Amino acid sequence: MIQRAHHAIHGWLLLLPAMALLALFTHWPALATFIDSFWSTPRPRRPAAFVGLDQYRAMLADPVFWQSVVNNLWFALGTIPVSIALALLMAVWVNDRIAGRALVRMAYFTPTMLPMIAVANIWLFFYTPQYGLLEQVLSHFGVATHNWLGTPATALACVIVVAIWKEAGFFMIFYLAALQQIAPVLAEAAALEGASRWTFFRRVQFPLLMPTTLFVLVNAVINAFRTVDQIIVMTHGGPDNATTLLLYYVYQVGFGFWDTSYAAALTMVLLALLAAVSLCQYVLIERRIHYR
Amino acid sequence: MSVRGDGGPYAPLGASRALESAAAWLFALLWLLPLLYAVWTAFHAPEFSTRFVPLAPLSLENFVRAWNAAPFARYFVNTFLLVTLILGCQLVLCTLAAYAFARFRFAGAQIAFALVLMQLMIMPDVLIVENYRTMARLGLVDTIPAIALPYIASAFGIFLLRQAFKSVPRELDDAARVEGAGTIQVLWRLYVPLAKPVYLAYALVSVSYHWNNFLWPLIVTNSVEARPLTVGLQVFASSDQGIDWSVICAATLMTSAPLLLAFLLFQRRFVQSFMRAGIR
Repeated sequence: MIQRAHHAIHGWLLLLPAMALLALFTHWPALATFIDSFWSTPRPRRPAAFVGLDQYRAMLADPVFWQSVVNNLWFALGTIPVSIALALLMAVWVNDRIAGRALVRMAYFTPTMLPMIAVANIWLFFYTPQYGLLEQVLSHFGVATHNWLGTPATALACVIVVAIWKEAGFFMIFYLAALQQIAPVLAEAAALEGASRWTFFRRVQFPLLMPTTLFVLVNAVINAFRTVDQIIVMTHGGPDNATTLLLYYVYQVGFGFWDTSYAAALTMVLLALLAAVSLCQYVLIERRIHYR
Repeated sequence: MSVRGDGGPYAPLGASRALESAAAWLFALLWLLPLLYAVWTAFHAPEFSTRFVPLAPLSLENFVRAWNAAPFARYFVNTFLLVTLILGCQLVLCTLAAYAFARFRFAGAQIAFALVLMQLMIMPDVLIVENYRTMARLGLVDTIPAIALPYIASAFGIFLLRQAFKSVPRELDDAARVEGAGTIQVLWRLYVPLAKPVYLAYALVSVSYHWNNFLWPLIVTNSVEARPLTVGLQVFASSDQGIDWSVICAATLMTSAPLLLAFLLFQRRFVQSFMRAGIR
């Protein structure tokens, strides 16, 4: 009995500092965001008033909100499959005994280490009309000059390329770790059966990498929905909101227009999305354990 | 038996190995191209920024101009303080919490753990509007602690250390207690030393994350005294310089240099740390 009380007191005392900060900067703000989304934004002459679902109604009628959702979905669809596929390819290469693989691995991983805001500046230069490297290379092939970041049709694609470049090397690390944990016996057995390398990859390596793929996928989805740095640096959401992503819109509404209650409603959408992703991950992991 | 990762029946040989190596190298070069481009521009006079003359004279002029054009020394100090403050507090808080979760049985422990894990889903990055309001109430806007506070209680750190502490044999814990060691002593003398590789992995991940973090510091700071490098670089690149790309590239490389150098020196460590931190 005394032992148990002792455990409880010590346990909670150890937890206290971390729990207090979590409550103050994670749980409370999440709850406050929810509450604020039902109130109007306080203005100097007009205190906040309860407005029920008005913010959400305004949101549903807001074309920029819908565009940011659509942009974000395209952004996710553009970045996730490509960066995962590239990560897998890189990991397979670096796992094989190619010449100078330490250097190659470093080259793939380096973009991950750099601040997004720094590399976004480099890419901004890269895309500069007439002057940038992209234009210079293309002009050799006789392609007419084009404002890559200044045209709604190409701006989002440019931002997607940067995200893939930054992320693929990071995901590669997880695939590499997983590949190295596959027992060499499996390769020997498959070779005895006469399986081709492609068959071995498709039937043995790839299925064994499934947990890693799931982990990477969840991370990639979360990253896609909280992308904001390169938007601030490269496009400011433009041209014509063509690159406005959800978190950027939250930032713009909250700290550009200072409409904090509407920003709270927008944040709720983001939180709901992140919760859905986590729930999916949880369900998938449960299922995987059952099948084992 | 073959060593992991090399040999094996599916290792490419002869021509196919050469082909695979070539493809991997080509890709690596492509991957480094934007960076090499920035290095070229930063180390040459502006007239060579888009003309690739192999023997163009090297110059450090752009770095000098960038350094003099904005208070980068102050930004470096701020980032250094910020990263140290966050990591120091994280290590203490996460260690204590992880120890509680790993070795103490008490009512509410599971609920508390679920509340901690919520942070993996609801990241501080997303709660910018409310956190800004909290900082304003606390009178902390535009200070380095304001940038650090939302990140100090890290669910990721608690989770990682909890796993590490759980793998410590209980017998060692019991033996130490029989010797008369108290809770904190056992933690400090036994658990912390045994979890050293995990601490290192977490430290590298945390430092590189907060060195690179941008949105929250951008929002919560507005003076040179509090701004970290990333925000300083953005202010510099977007307003002070117009479009002098050579100077912007120099500033960009300068702000990433410490992290990049550390990475190049401890490459293996970094990669292993990220692997360790990722596998749950």
